Amino acid sequence: MTTAISVSGLVKTFGRTRALDGLDLTVRTGEVHGFLGPNGSGKSTTIRVLLGLLRADAGETRLLGGDPWADATSLHRRLAYVPGDVSLWPNLSGGEVIDLLGRLRGGLDTRRRADLLERFDLDPTKKGRTYSKGNRQKVALVAALASNVELLILDEPTSGLDPLMEAVFQDCVTEERERGRTVLLSSHILAEVESLCDRVSIIRLGRTVETGTLSELRHLTRTSIAAELAAAPNGIADHPGVHDLKVDGSQVRFDVDTKELDSVLKRLTSVGVRSLTSQPPTLEELFLRHYEADMAAENGRHGGARSDQNNTGVAK
Amino acid sequence: MTATLAPPVTAPATRQHEGFAGTGTLLRLALRRDRIVASIWILLFVIMAASSSSASQDLYTTLESRVRAANAVNDTPATLALYGRVFDPTSLGAVSLIKLGAMGAALVALVAIFTVVRHTRAEEEAGRLELLGAAVVGRYASLTAALLLATGTSLVLALLTGLSLMGTGLPAAGALAFGLSWAGAGIAFAAVGALAAQVTESARTARGLAAAVLAAAYLLRAAGDATGTDTSTWLSWVSPIGWAQQVRPFAGDRWWVLMYLVAFAVLVAAGAYALAARRDHGAGLLAQKPGRATASPSLSSPLALAVRLQRGSVVGWLVGMAIGGLVLGSIASQVGEFLDTDQARDMIMKLGGERGIVDAFLSAEMGILAVVVSAFGISSAMRLRSEETALRVEPILATRIGRFRWAASHVVVALAGTTLLMIAVGVFGGFAHGAASGDMGAMGRVVVAALVQLPSVWVLTGITVLVFGAAPGLVMAGWGALVAFLLLGQLGPIFELPQWAMDISPFTHTPKLPGAEFTATPLVWLTVVAAALVAAGLAAFRRRDVG
Ligand SMILES: Nc1ncnc2c1ncn2[C@@H]1O[C@H](COP(=O)(O)OP(=O)(O)OP(=O)(O)O)[C@@H](O)[C@H]1O
Ligand SMILES: [Mg+2]
Repeated sequence: MTTAISVSGLVKTFGRTRALDGLDLTVRTGEVHGFLGPNGSGKSTTIRVLLGLLRADAGETRLLGGDPWADATSLHRRLAYVPGDVSLWPNLSGGEVIDLLGRLRGGLDTRRRADLLERFDLDPTKKGRTYSKGNRQKVALVAALASNVELLILDEPTSGLDPLMEAVFQDCVTEERERGRTVLLSSHILAEVESLCDRVSIIRLGRTVETGTLSELRHLTRTSIAAELAAAPNGIADHPGVHDLKVDGSQVRFDVDTKELDSVLKRLTSVGVRSLTSQPPTLEELFLRHYEADMAAENGRHGGARSDQNNTGVAK
Repeated sequence: MTATLAPPVTAPATRQHEGFAGTGTLLRLALRRDRIVASIWILLFVIMAASSSSASQDLYTTLESRVRAANAVNDTPATLALYGRVFDPTSLGAVSLIKLGAMGAALVALVAIFTVVRHTRAEEEAGRLELLGAAVVGRYASLTAALLLATGTSLVLALLTGLSLMGTGLPAAGALAFGLSWAGAGIAFAAVGALAAQVTESARTARGLAAAVLAAAYLLRAAGDATGTDTSTWLSWVSPIGWAQQVRPFAGDRWWVLMYLVAFAVLVAAGAYALAARRDHGAGLLAQKPGRATASPSLSSPLALAVRLQRGSVVGWLVGMAIGGLVLGSIASQVGEFLDTDQARDMIMKLGGERGIVDAFLSAEMGILAVVVSAFGISSAMRLRSEETALRVEPILATRIGRFRWAASHVVVALAGTTLLMIAVGVFGGFAHGAASGDMGAMGRVVVAALVQLPSVWVLTGITVLVFGAAPGLVMAGWGALVAFLLLGQLGPIFELPQWAMDISPFTHTPKLPGAEFTATPLVWLTVVAAALVAAGLAAFRRRDVG
């Protein structure tokens, strides 16, 4: 089997809210797959459908070769889940929660448990409510990472972790991948996604808008160019892939789609280049572009209906 | 939602007042959240009082019939314990509203407790208060807002109830006194709820604690009313519910007794403020002790988890039920020494007992305690919903544990818990009754009388499970069913409801033991109904979305 998760045309509505609107997602066995999208775009909803907690309205969903709704309990033996909002029982200690969840899942690697507690610097004797937010998150992480499963489903697993713990988490996920485990990682932390994920899917308004390896996606980003030319430029403005062109005599400044970079540079050198600076493409830019498009679509299409997305909060 | 909030309150100048900053804002927020629920329950109580008054007036048209009805209550310890005394047998109002005096006051008190805890500890526990607390909101603001809300709604209730009773033709002064006796109980127990909310860390425990105080107050006055010869004994005078009765609406209208209730409320609320001043946000009185680093080997199934989560409350309830059983069991034997007039006999026959006053008393008390135990069953089954909304069920269901096993584990705890509680009632009640009457053989009869109540109790658990599975947003309907059955049983005879209507309540079908003949058929049917409700609820839960 080469695909751990395959979702196509997934639809889920809550009353009048269309949370998932024909979402597609393919996670190959053994990869770390990043799952990105603005707030309220449907990441957690997708994950809940994959866990059989929500019933899909339409679409095909396969998880580890089974049906997430019908075969929930047998599939759950083979996966571990870290929820986005970790809520612990007030009168159970963290250690008890880790053991309980491990046992309910069908076994826990006690050596790995001890190792993880040490690496995450987590005190297992505290009771639920006395943990800080980050430490609550660690309880769920240790419980998931210490179990022997094929698939890890992580919904914003590092929200609230300090940078040191973020590094520990990244080490752990890398180890998991080396052991051949599959990871679905929903995250808002782009650096984390860049350093961990083999492939990513970006969703917005319940639909997949981009999916591929990071280098494929990087190809979709733009490089910023500022150059001083020997003469006034010509033909740059109509060149495919050039955006936001500003010309000031022989000075030019523009963004260019990375896949057109080569031909645009040829055009510049044909005029003669005196100096040139370029800014490499960042994934962040790609995300922001998609996220902003989301806000624009939002304001146009939905009006106030999905107002919780208005705080997408990416200022530029 | 924030749009409906008023602009921030300007911070008062003096330090002393800073603790109250934001009270107005929080009060408006609470009113906004409660406006529908509060209107409904106020309306419900007003309708209950008015309709019960007019129905009784139709029933007791002559002075003679009124006096006869009053004497029947006053001469029967069981009814004295249940409702209290009719202080003026000639007064139409006093006779008409006897069933709603103490019992109505207790229900108003319960609503007040829930209101206060909901806006204090529950908010704090959910972390929402922290969100507000960071704004210009003082340390006492939520406590004050909750108390003001409960006091205000109680007073509105008093006024409307008074007006509606006047509308049915009862004297104005008595009508107002009656409304205020309810409001007094509401205000007193709002303060108790506020104090409990400071002491415990969880809203659930706070509600349980305050409700236990309420139950104790009711039992004290029951003992005081049932054991006094011509009047109530001092036991009725150490209970706020007793004070509410001693206002004696339509039978002297003793306004000054209301001061007891107000003074009690002020004292208890002062205690709550003193604690609020000293404790940390989110904390109770006791700091959390560290727990185990690893789980004990037994904590490895959903059932073990459900037991672990609920055992504290089961133990608390067990203690309460054991005490309740002891108190009622020991009163029961004294009850026998009271007179048996024709009217009392008449009343007893109506109660369904045949062998004597003691049996009728015991069977009535078992009915009351069954209602109390039903409350445990409902709140225990409602754990299913609170675990779900607190997002604690998702990690469990993401393991190989299926929905059925998880939900069934809490249902098992609810059913086993109610069984344990009724056993405790029977054993301790029977023991006290046997010891006091010198006939230990009576113990077995009392235990059986307690156990026959169980199928009805389970039906209420079943209703809660069904609502949880089929319409989780309405899970409070479990409580609604309990109140409806209670009212049906109490008020049905007054309204002369047809038998089919009375038959809706499971409690109608419970054999009136000890005394009446034991019949297994209704018990079998009730058990089957309870099982069907649970099964339907679990089946519905397997088909719906979680969250
Ligand atoms: N139980 C529910 N009832 C109604 N609407 C819901 C429910 N759960 C999710 N939604 C809606 O579905 C949409 C998707 O929510 P979801 O939680 O999946 O977003 P997300 O991508 O995980 O966002 P975030 O990044 O903030 O975690 C939102 O508009 C949300 O309001
Ligand atoms: Mg989410």
